[in-house]
Amino acid sequence: MLRRHFLKLLSLTAASVSLGSLALPTPVQAAETIKVGILHSLSGTMAISETALKETALMTIEEINSQGGVLGKKLEPVIVDPASNWPLFAEKARQLLSKDKVDVVFGCWTSVSRKSVLPVFKELNGLLFYPVQYEGEELEKNVFYTGAAPNQQAIPAVEYLMSEDGGSATRFVLLGTDYVYPRTTNKILRAFLTSKGIGEADIMEEYTPFGHGDYQTIIAKIKKFASEGKKTAVISTINGDSNVPFYKELGNAGLKATDVPVVAFSVGEEELRGVDTKPLVGHLASWNYFMSLKNPVNDQFTKMYKDWAVKNKLPAADKVVTNDPMEATYIGLHLWKQAVEKAKSTEVDKVIPAMAGQSLKAPSGFEIKMDEKNHHLHKPVFIGEVKGDGQFNVVWKTPGPVRAAPWSPYIPGNEKKSDSPSQ
Amino acid sequence: MSDSRPVSLPIVLPDLPPPPRPALLTRMGWTGLALFALLAVVVIPALHLGTAPSHPLHVSGYAVTLGGKILCYAIVAVAMDLIWGFAGILSLGHGLFFALGGYAFGMYLMRAIGTDGVYQSELPDFMVFLNWKELPWYWSGSDHLGVALALVLLVPGILAFVFGYFAFRSRIKGVYFSIITQALTYAFMLLFFRNETGFGGNNGFTDFKRILGFSITTPETRATLFALSAAMLIACLLLCRHLVTGKFGRVLTAIRDAESRVMFIGYQPLWYKLFAWTLSALMTAVAGALYVPQVGIINPGEMSPANSIEIAIWVAVGGRGTLIGPIIGAFAVNLSKSWFTVSFPEYWLFFLGLLFVTVTLWLPGGVVSLWSRLNGDKTS
Amino acid sequence: MPRSVFAIRFLGFFWFGLLLWIPPLHAEWDPQLARMLASGDFDSRIGAIRQLVASGDPKVEGILKAMAEDALAVANDRLLRHSEGITVDLSTGTTLTPPLPAMEMVSINNRIRREIQAALALLRLFDAKREVRLTAAVALQNRATPEMVAVLERAMEKEQDPEIHDYLFLGLALSRLNSPDPAQRLTAVRALGDSSSPTVKVTLTRLLQNTQEPNDNVRKEAKTSLDRVSRRLAIGEAVASLFSGISLGSILLLTALGLAITYGVMGILNMAHGELLMIGAYTTFAVQTQFRAHLPELLDAYLLAAIPAAFVITGLVGVVMERTVIRWLYGRPLETLLATWGISLMLIQGVRLLFGAQNVEVANPSWMSGGVMPIPGVVLPWNRIVITVLALLVLAATWGVLNRTRLGLFVRAVTQNRAMAGCVGVPTSRVDTLAFGLGAGIAGLGGVAISQIANVGPDMGQGYIVDSFLVVVLGGVGQLAGAVWAALGLGIAAKALEGWVGAVIAKILMLVFIIVFIQKRPQGLFVLKGRQAEH
Repeated sequence: MLRRHFLKLLSLTAASVSLGSLALPTPVQAAETIKVGILHSLSGTMAISETALKETALMTIEEINSQGGVLGKKLEPVIVDPASNWPLFAEKARQLLSKDKVDVVFGCWTSVSRKSVLPVFKELNGLLFYPVQYEGEELEKNVFYTGAAPNQQAIPAVEYLMSEDGGSATRFVLLGTDYVYPRTTNKILRAFLTSKGIGEADIMEEYTPFGHGDYQTIIAKIKKFASEGKKTAVISTINGDSNVPFYKELGNAGLKATDVPVVAFSVGEEELRGVDTKPLVGHLASWNYFMSLKNPVNDQFTKMYKDWAVKNKLPAADKVVTNDPMEATYIGLHLWKQAVEKAKSTEVDKVIPAMAGQSLKAPSGFEIKMDEKNHHLHKPVFIGEVKGDGQFNVVWKTPGPVRAAPWSPYIPGNEKKSDSPSQ
Repeated sequence: MSDSRPVSLPIVLPDLPPPPRPALLTRMGWTGLALFALLAVVVIPALHLGTAPSHPLHVSGYAVTLGGKILCYAIVAVAMDLIWGFAGILSLGHGLFFALGGYAFGMYLMRAIGTDGVYQSELPDFMVFLNWKELPWYWSGSDHLGVALALVLLVPGILAFVFGYFAFRSRIKGVYFSIITQALTYAFMLLFFRNETGFGGNNGFTDFKRILGFSITTPETRATLFALSAAMLIACLLLCRHLVTGKFGRVLTAIRDAESRVMFIGYQPLWYKLFAWTLSALMTAVAGALYVPQVGIINPGEMSPANSIEIAIWVAVGGRGTLIGPIIGAFAVNLSKSWFTVSFPEYWLFFLGLLFVTVTLWLPGGVVSLWSRLNGDKTS
Repeated sequence: MPRSVFAIRFLGFFWFGLLLWIPPLHAEWDPQLARMLASGDFDSRIGAIRQLVASGDPKVEGILKAMAEDALAVANDRLLRHSEGITVDLSTGTTLTPPLPAMEMVSINNRIRREIQAALALLRLFDAKREVRLTAAVALQNRATPEMVAVLERAMEKEQDPEIHDYLFLGLALSRLNSPDPAQRLTAVRALGDSSSPTVKVTLTRLLQNTQEPNDNVRKEAKTSLDRVSRRLAIGEAVASLFSGISLGSILLLTALGLAITYGVMGILNMAHGELLMIGAYTTFAVQTQFRAHLPELLDAYLLAAIPAAFVITGLVGVVMERTVIRWLYGRPLETLLATWGISLMLIQGVRLLFGAQNVEVANPSWMSGGVMPIPGVVLPWNRIVITVLALLVLAATWGVLNRTRLGLFVRAVTQNRAMAGCVGVPTSRVDTLAFGLGAGIAGLGGVAISQIANVGPDMGQGYIVDSFLVVVLGGVGQLAGAVWAALGLGIAAKALEGWVGAVIAKILMLVFIIVFIQKRPQGLFVLKGRQAEH
């Protein structure tokens, strides 16, 4: 009785809220559809990064639908909001798989959110496409990783810094936010640098807490470290939110890219929207895709997203940008579509083998291929310098796509690891 | 509590008989509780295990996990009500005790993975990854369930006792107390975020495999944990009800309403408050321990100040000082959260915010007061 | 290494060209040069730059500048400057009208940028203007490579200004340390004593460690110089550390000052305080956008307009909050806490829907970019200096309003005894609204300040709320002075600790300190005198 009273009240409130908000998206129900889950935070701290991925996924779904869908059926997106709350990620994943019965899920950004949903995907035999660069050290049958593994992002960037074009750096600051991605990446980089003959004294490792906003002390430290005779470079794995204060401080403290270049692995076009980039010109980022790449596929991709933003009245629609995880989401959806068409089924156990070797002409301008064994993509690596307009100028790239090594050879014990997920 | 003997007074008070102790629950209350117990401990687990997924009465794994999670939240809400509703102490740090209980039990679950982790080591994966060669001292014994359960109670219990002792002794109360509890949970959150602290940093504990040798993902384990959570909720409810209907509860309420007067007539509020506070922390910790195996992850995010504030809103929505109200509140808020984050993901925060404002402005007694208003009931 | 041999050969060629100072060519540049600049690998581009410099043509500076600003373009083997839609032919100086066929922008990287900077600085050593020469000399003081020595010496000979002369000498001193003549080494070592560069410290330390220096006099002098440099560096570090503490403190103060009024004076526990900061920051963003769109020539002044705008808008939000929600909850602080938390959630999501979940860009005005160097080697960023000054101004204004105006008098009266104030005719309810609006408006100003150093995004306020409360509680309720001391103390202590134990532990220690402190002094640092009964 009591519950019923309350639920009535609740639905009343809910109704009034939804009435007040009007422009709600109403999913169009086709006769028979294939459900695609979208598991990205739309509120909370990660909304900054993840909302754009939700939009990209919706845009790609619309594109696929307008080309006739998959197996003659339309795709129907099921959007949920895990609200940057990691246990909620697990709950929502379970809901998508067991209640909404989606055939595939595109989602997650942080490593912890992926770790949180993994047991659910394994238990219910779901299929997850994870679109963000990450630390590796993982290979699951139920996941396809469309972002970069460390050897597709971090190692090439450091090689570039050590080259003559990159400034022949021989002294390195490894600066990151204290969580698993920076820790692992730095562990790999440290081993890599040691193998290149860089001594312990020439490596400085620093971590800051999440949401750290005051980089005065650390920049002073870097300045001091850099002034001790050798060419120094900073390798930053600072998490999205802290980058603005970091770069603002860097610019104002007069640490120029020509003196101490900073190469970042978590800063892309989207993050730079929040920064005045003029003092940062010349600092670097390493990705598998940049918006500024010139090729027909990318022209079409960026135009499609800009049109999508205007059509859907996204905030600041005239200034939207595309970035690496968005490209990875786009590639993921298309490869999945191809695999489903090859398998002639959306059943997970049939789609997984069909994914092997799927390839696509990607916005990066290269033919991207899903590896036959290790669930990661073969991707090209680009190094870009920040320009005054918030875009990147590609100064270096690999000759072709690089195969991912999720188990980095620079971490001891990994040589025994199998290159394909255990069944 | 033993120290709470009244100081001798110069005036001899008339020897009034103590007021009769109210019944633990009304008849209707007992019936409702029995029904709830039957449903949660027997029927739902049985339906989950005994029916095929296609059966119309089947309770899905999703529903059981979600339900189990909310049952744990409900325990926290009851614990919170004991100190907020009855002692007037608003804690904005209960998420800390919840998380500490969860971490203590999570340590056991991590050890129970054994060598099935990614690195096939005796150590938890995150320690291998930090190049640690052996377990730090504070992990010793955590592979025994008994030790883990003791830790679940001891760590939050001692922390709550020590913190409460100093805070109540300094007579910190009201918003001051709220704010320092918030600072406390915030400090612990930062501490647990550090990888060197030895609790898995930002990722916390996840990817558990088994509990007491049983696989953690089987429907049987899930149903058992669900039933255990329900039983624990009932036990906590009865315990709190028992406390607040007795003399202890009366003194507690008196402290809430006029602490100085209680002191003047010779009671030492410190021990009453401290007992309620520590007990509340213990119940919260147990809830945390039950929560972790059901959701499969524990990390420092649970200690964020926002989480602790949300606990307060469950209690406020349901109705403070009613014990039953907070349970309703926990269910109502969390179920609507589950529904909103799917149906109107963009508007969830609006709804939650509106709920906070509406309840405090127009429904200070919570949902439960609606019931009594509608029925013209005299009970508050 | 053949590569470096190649580089040195090129360098030699380059500096040789500068020395000879070949008279300006009036002919067009070799079209092949333009082609080399536009395409080809970075080695050949650098070669092209050096050839250009070696040509000694005065137009070269224009080309290098265009290149450094990412504005150099090549079309039909002609070098053009293309920026902001205007295209100029660099060899003729004529403005070209679009459309230009096959124009290609020349992209550069850090290596080329460094090359250009050094080249430009060297070219500018011979500039007619003193300031230009000075900046160039300062820029070169730590960068002088052995190859530059000849040019620097030539510049020193011609230089009349003593200050520039000194800088050039300092630049030369490092390379002269390797001179075979002990007298030269001695003067070099002595000159280096005036430096404040850590590079010099390292060089001198190495010189003393390795026993390669045979001359005792030089060694003795090196020791003296090293001590001087080290002392100067230590002072610089201390100043920088103190400044960063003061800066953090003034930011804490700005974020907490609004709360010191709403909570400290009025007793309202406003959990939406962080969101008021956020609204202030978003107002700054909106003002900046308006300036960009309508008054681009006054863009640098946007911040001045943002200050009153943020105050008014945030103040209005505060007034609405007070009128609709908070006034019904006076005397129930815990309920206020929950209700305002609810408001904060709605404000966050509202801004997220309005402006997007992403952070927005608030740029420092050009006068707030970069920094000032009070002591060589210590850069104090302008934005932080301005914020510190702003904090002082806001503090003074708040103090003035509370102590020197009628509103302030009323606010204090209502705080001390609401009933009595009402009896003598103070419109208590209106005073509440205004006071809350004032507190909110000040929070808006804090938001303006934050927008200049940190993120501007929907969630930004959450990061400040705990800190602000701690400042107010530590300082003592009802006291502006308490908030000031608490903010400064926390700021300086946090920075000092951070250098010692790292950012995370420093933060934890601060929190623990506050928790313990409040046990000892529940009323905070400063206690309002008078008889205050417990509520």
